[in-house]
Amino acid sequence: MSMFEKQGGQKYLDMELRTSPHYSRGVDVPQIMRNVVYALLPAAAMSVYTFGLSALALFLVTTVSAVLTEFILGRLSGHDNTVGDFSAVITGLLLGMTLPPGFPLWMAAAGGAISIAMGKFMFGGLGFNVFNPALLGRAFLQAAFPVAITTWDAPFAPGRFIEMINTSLALPFMTPPPHAATGATPLAALKFDGQVTPSLELLLGTVSGSAGETSALLLALGGLYLAARKMLDWRIPAAMLGTVVVLSGILHTVNPQYPSPVFMLFSGGLMLGAVFMATDMVTSPVTGRGVLMFGLLTGVLTVVIRIWGGLPEGVMYAIILGNAATPLINSHTQPRKYGTVKPVKQKKQQQGGA
Amino acid sequence: MNDVSLWAVFLNSTIINNFVLSLFLGICPFLGISGKLDTSIRMSGAVIFVMLVSSSAAFGIHTLLVALDARYLELIAFIAVIASTVQLVEMIIKKTSPALFRSLGIYLPLITTNCAILGVALFQTLRAYSFLQSVVFALGAGLGFTIAMALMAGLREELELADVPNLVKGAGLTLMLAGVLSLGFMGFGGLGG
Repeated sequence: MSMFEKQGGQKYLDMELRTSPHYSRGVDVPQIMRNVVYALLPAAAMSVYTFGLSALALFLVTTVSAVLTEFILGRLSGHDNTVGDFSAVITGLLLGMTLPPGFPLWMAAAGGAISIAMGKFMFGGLGFNVFNPALLGRAFLQAAFPVAITTWDAPFAPGRFIEMINTSLALPFMTPPPHAATGATPLAALKFDGQVTPSLELLLGTVSGSAGETSALLLALGGLYLAARKMLDWRIPAAMLGTVVVLSGILHTVNPQYPSPVFMLFSGGLMLGAVFMATDMVTSPVTGRGVLMFGLLTGVLTVVIRIWGGLPEGVMYAIILGNAATPLINSHTQPRKYGTVKPVKQKKQQQGGA
Repeated sequence: MNDVSLWAVFLNSTIINNFVLSLFLGICPFLGISGKLDTSIRMSGAVIFVMLVSSSAAFGIHTLLVALDARYLELIAFIAVIASTVQLVEMIIKKTSPALFRSLGIYLPLITTNCAILGVALFQTLRAYSFLQSVVFALGAGLGFTIAMALMAGLREELELADVPNLVKGAGLTLMLAGVLSLGFMGFGGLGG
């Protein structure tokens, strides 16, 4: 640990040198990550109930692929292996939850590997990943397989616990078979057909959509659990969701053709993104003002892409761009050092004195 | 004449078809001097200035050459205008800020061969923009370049101390970051219509 231990392997002083903060809550990375997994499980379980066997297989494949990649790359990189800290489990599970339930499993496995390899290890591992690994994996899949990732399945298909959706087991590098039963997501239905889905269905998640994003209620409850245990900065989802509600509320009031704030809040991946992805401790700002700016930015981008963009859903892109802006936000919202005056004010005082 | 609104022209060149991240123009300064935020912002300033001047000059040249029925001279005339504008900027920066001149190094004269700038001149001619549209287009393109440079510089400063594997150290990481940013900008595809 300390520099005193180095000489000849003999311990001279039993002390540890480190900078502040010196007082810690005793919560370490694996503990937090494990709790995030717990918070995700209700929504994942609901998704298995809604979409059946395929959703379960999807979660398993993405998680196993992510953990396996983490294990192999950890070995190759020669650092301490970080498989045990649950962060790869979260990345895999989150990736699975953002994919359509009938997504071909080999593509999902590729996505899990890309998430960890390109999203985390390339930047130097956990703590250095400037983008959310799961979202990076999804953005990659969206660019690589644009059709498969926008083919949605109807919820509560009969026999969903007995057989998989036919596209799930598509062979690698083959065109997936045509879908047996597809369903439009609420956002796509609104954008391309002008249909509005009832709010209660959105809240409960009995609609079509990505495997784990449909049940806004359970996701929000998971977020509340983490916020109560202080393992999540509640200001980020609050700022992001608040921005979406206010902005879409204004648009809806000006022109009722735009979707209502309630619809915007509970549809698509907003709840999942705002609660579990935007709050990623590594990729979100660290300062109080910075967090608000981050929420504002991602919220505005979400609304802009949803309402005016070519794609029905923009949460993923909004958060990736928010991640990209995080270093800039951090450096612009550094708090004033205690006992110092802002440079601008200092100049004025000097002028006043002279 | 093109009857697209000024706002649409601006938005299109700034975000939707961002010159760097969607059209992959002007990559060399984007990769070369995005290591420091301060330098990259100043570089962007120089690029915006050159874009504005060369875009308005290109509009005049295009009109003149169409009148003379000598459009085949367009390309070489654009390049000459851009090169002389860059010379001007170089002299100004050398006089006013020698430190910045040194930090920009070879990339400053290289603005001459920056495809983003020739791209602005060629796109505006191709799309038959009016003078006002051309200027807004150039301003938007320059701002888009600035956004890309600032995001990239922020990320690279952040990753300066990261324990990056040897495989992607240096230019490799910069290219991968550019790729991820570009993936992010895909979200703006089809915006506004």
